[in-house]
Amino acid sequence: MQTEAYMNLFLGLAFAPLLGGIINRIKAAFAGRTGQPLLQQYYDMYKNIRKGAVYSRTTSWLFRAGPIVGLASVLIALALVPVNGSTAPLAFTGDLILFAYALGLMRFFTVLAALDTGSSFEGMGASREVFFSALAEPALLLGLATVARRAGTLSLSELLAATSVTSPELVLVLAALGIVFLCENARIPFDDPNTHLELTMIHEVMVLDHSGPDFAFIQYGAALKVWVLGSVIVGLILPVAGGKFLLLNSAALLGCMFMLAVIVGIIESTMARLRLLRVPQLLVAAGALSLFAFILSMR
Amino acid sequence: MLLLLLALGIIVISGCGALTVCTRPRLSSCIGAGGTVLGCAVGMIPALEVLLQGTIQSLRCAWSMPCGSFFIELDPLSAFFLLPVFLLSALAAVYGGQYLMKYKDTKRLGVAWFFYTLLVASMAMVCLARNAVLFLIAWEIMALASFFLVAFENEKAEVRRASWIYMVATHLGTACLLPMFLIFGAHAGSLDFDRFAHSLPQPLASICFILALIGFGTKAGIIPFHVWLPEAHPAAPSHVSALMSGIMIKTGIYGIVRMLAFLGMPALWWGWLVLAIGIISGVLGVLFALAQHDLKGLLAYHSVENIGIIMMGLGVGLIGWSAGVPSVAILGMAGGLLHVVNHAMFKGLLFLGAGSVFQAAHTREIDHLGGLIKKMPYTGACFLIGAVAISGLPPLNGFLSEFLIYLGSLRGAISMGADVAVPLIGAVAGLALIGGLAAACFTKAFGIVFLGEPRSQAAANAHESRPLMVAPMLLLAAGCLVAGFLGMYIVPAMSEVVSGILGFDAGHELKIAGGYLGSVTIASIALLLVVACLTLLRRFLLSGKEVGSGATWDCGYAAPSSRMQYSASSFAQPITDLFKMVLRTEKRLQLSEQYFPAAGAFKTHTLDAGFEKIYRPLFEGAKCLFARCAVLQHGSMHLYVLYIVITLLGLLVWLVR
Repeated sequence: MQTEAYMNLFLGLAFAPLLGGIINRIKAAFAGRTGQPLLQQYYDMYKNIRKGAVYSRTTSWLFRAGPIVGLASVLIALALVPVNGSTAPLAFTGDLILFAYALGLMRFFTVLAALDTGSSFEGMGASREVFFSALAEPALLLGLATVARRAGTLSLSELLAATSVTSPELVLVLAALGIVFLCENARIPFDDPNTHLELTMIHEVMVLDHSGPDFAFIQYGAALKVWVLGSVIVGLILPVAGGKFLLLNSAALLGCMFMLAVIVGIIESTMARLRLLRVPQLLVAAGALSLFAFILSMR
Repeated sequence: MLLLLLALGIIVISGCGALTVCTRPRLSSCIGAGGTVLGCAVGMIPALEVLLQGTIQSLRCAWSMPCGSFFIELDPLSAFFLLPVFLLSALAAVYGGQYLMKYKDTKRLGVAWFFYTLLVASMAMVCLARNAVLFLIAWEIMALASFFLVAFENEKAEVRRASWIYMVATHLGTACLLPMFLIFGAHAGSLDFDRFAHSLPQPLASICFILALIGFGTKAGIIPFHVWLPEAHPAAPSHVSALMSGIMIKTGIYGIVRMLAFLGMPALWWGWLVLAIGIISGVLGVLFALAQHDLKGLLAYHSVENIGIIMMGLGVGLIGWSAGVPSVAILGMAGGLLHVVNHAMFKGLLFLGAGSVFQAAHTREIDHLGGLIKKMPYTGACFLIGAVAISGLPPLNGFLSEFLIYLGSLRGAISMGADVAVPLIGAVAGLALIGGLAAACFTKAFGIVFLGEPRSQAAANAHESRPLMVAPMLLLAAGCLVAGFLGMYIVPAMSEVVSGILGFDAGHELKIAGGYLGSVTIASIALLLVVACLTLLRRFLLSGKEVGSGATWDCGYAAPSSRMQYSASSFAQPITDLFKMVLRTEKRLQLSEQYFPAAGAFKTHTLDAGFEKIYRPLFEGAKCLFARCAVLQHGSMHLYVLYIVITLLGLLVWLVR
């Protein structure tokens, strides 16, 4: 077993919940508050793990399967994304398709678990989730295809290693993937994770009824999803320092992920949520950016 | 070959047997279903043999028809299509035996079984025939048998309407096949298929290609020739819908692929055209599916979508073929063909599941169902597997074929010039959009029908189907699951089929693709292991803790009713609104005009745009035209005698001229 291959898996498993803490601290700083501890997400998950659970009488086994399948799928996606310059444990040619579809599987079961509660709020969140993600999917795959064209490979591991921001199309792809990143992770301007009204939530409202270990799985899964999509974006930006410099690459990845969290915090502090009607426009724009990037790459 | 003829014989004879005892429903069902299962089992043997060994079996004898001989042949491509024909027909027959019992006092089941066996046998014959006349005879028997099956409940007006639309559509399709075969025959000097190969020069080849695309495409249900599909599939009994949607429409794909093999090297625009049709059918099919309220209507539109995906695979293959990139050609073709079998399995499964739901709850209206997974655990679990598979998600079989099509398109898109890369990147974008929308559609279909609380009394009183209806669904679900893990064996086994179409060896490329799918399998196994570990972990974490149950959280409101749940229409509303340009959903809202609120009503209805905008005006126009001709027909005998006299006089003048 090579540590190199499993490095991003370890880093993600260990540090993913920290990103949420950083984002919240940045937002608190903008608002002039001290904010919650950096490790708040770890505390929350620890607290949830130790608790019992309450299940709605309406629900079936699917409600209990949702968090588990969701977490398992995002772990598979994580096992496809390496630290820059090394090869991920499950890497193969065409793994970027599996990457997108593993996240799709996670979404499918989260949405079904939400519908299983019979609550109209959760149904509403589920409906918006599938809507937005259906529009985000082409942007993600077109973006990755553009990078693949430049790198001449269809494996995420080789693809991330072969690229760094050197051309205009990569900038466009980064913009598109950034939009997809914010949308898929339910951040502002698509969704406000801190809203206090169920009617306006998307992701948070879908998991209202989960409790105890189930909810901890969901929180962990959501944190890992931020890490997974984030590390793809970071991998595209970072230049590679060869396989020997694993520690350097890992440290660079970690630092960039924290930077990404800071940027997300700044976006969340300075922007308002978009009206729901505007969201599809932004996602279609992301798709258009990806497509334009692909056209540029055919020069 | 004899084994195959024996199989067809058993199937047809059992149908005739069922017809002769049609006064005794149980007996005729036993004979019909039993004979079909036996015949299919026998027929499977030579099909598997040919597929695995890559040999060709043929039978040729003289017959009294002109131009050619009675010629049937079993090559890998035929065997590849025969396999799902026999598999799904047998399972649907077992299911149908139980399903039709509901009608045993009102209908003559022997008749239904007669046409069912005829349909099975004719579908097999379509795949085997190597003579145009024989092919067309089988094709017509298939169309007529399925017409009578669709018209099973012909006391209902909408069923009669649906079956007539189907009848007209299928014959319009056949009308294109006749000239196509005539062009082929005229050039080859015979109507036997073995003389057709590579016989046509341009532009005749292109004309034949277009005719094949329209003629076979009508049967397959590509947009804009799909209008019969959403009418006929909901109207037919469920096991027949499963058969029609799972297999019968695929004979159209078979026809296209067979003709492509005859036509040889394609022009580049053929690939563009097929791909464009595929993307349009896929996206519009899933959008219209999202707007449906009828569970079987939704599944029918999904057949249009999946035919679109298959066509996309073929289109990618054609583009790769004409551009001289073997890997793209092979992956596209293999993906499209594999999707044929995959779709047969999960769509068959879903239609059988929808039939069970209909018999249990007496409605197909999605918004009247709900909570069925507790009443029907097996049907629910099977439907879930079908739903995940049809959304193309790992680890089920739907992912394999979409993966191949993606891989083929991406391979071309990242390495080729603009004329090839542009359509292929379009395929990637289309497939991604279709995938996302299909997931939306099937979370809706499964979530609203099986999860939550029952939305009507009928749904609350539902119960699980009989074992004979559940068993075929379980087998199909197991098939979807197992096939998802066997990609690395299935795909290389298709090499003879793909090589036969393209004319060059596909084995090496498919072996490499099989290797990638092996990695997918490893990821899928890892997924299952993680799921198992997490389940154990949760059990450990919850042991000794309090696990309570309560009402669903509704913001403090403690008495939610089932009518407050999100419905199928509300779930799909954001998407249908975004695409209202194409869907043109009619909305009717009635609110009371008084100061105090009273009961209101809201209704949405999505008509098929192709039907309303293209076919209705066309057929209304034709009707007007023919109505004008009706002035000739007064019903008065004197006039008719006058016509005869005029005709005779005319002939006389022409003769003495």
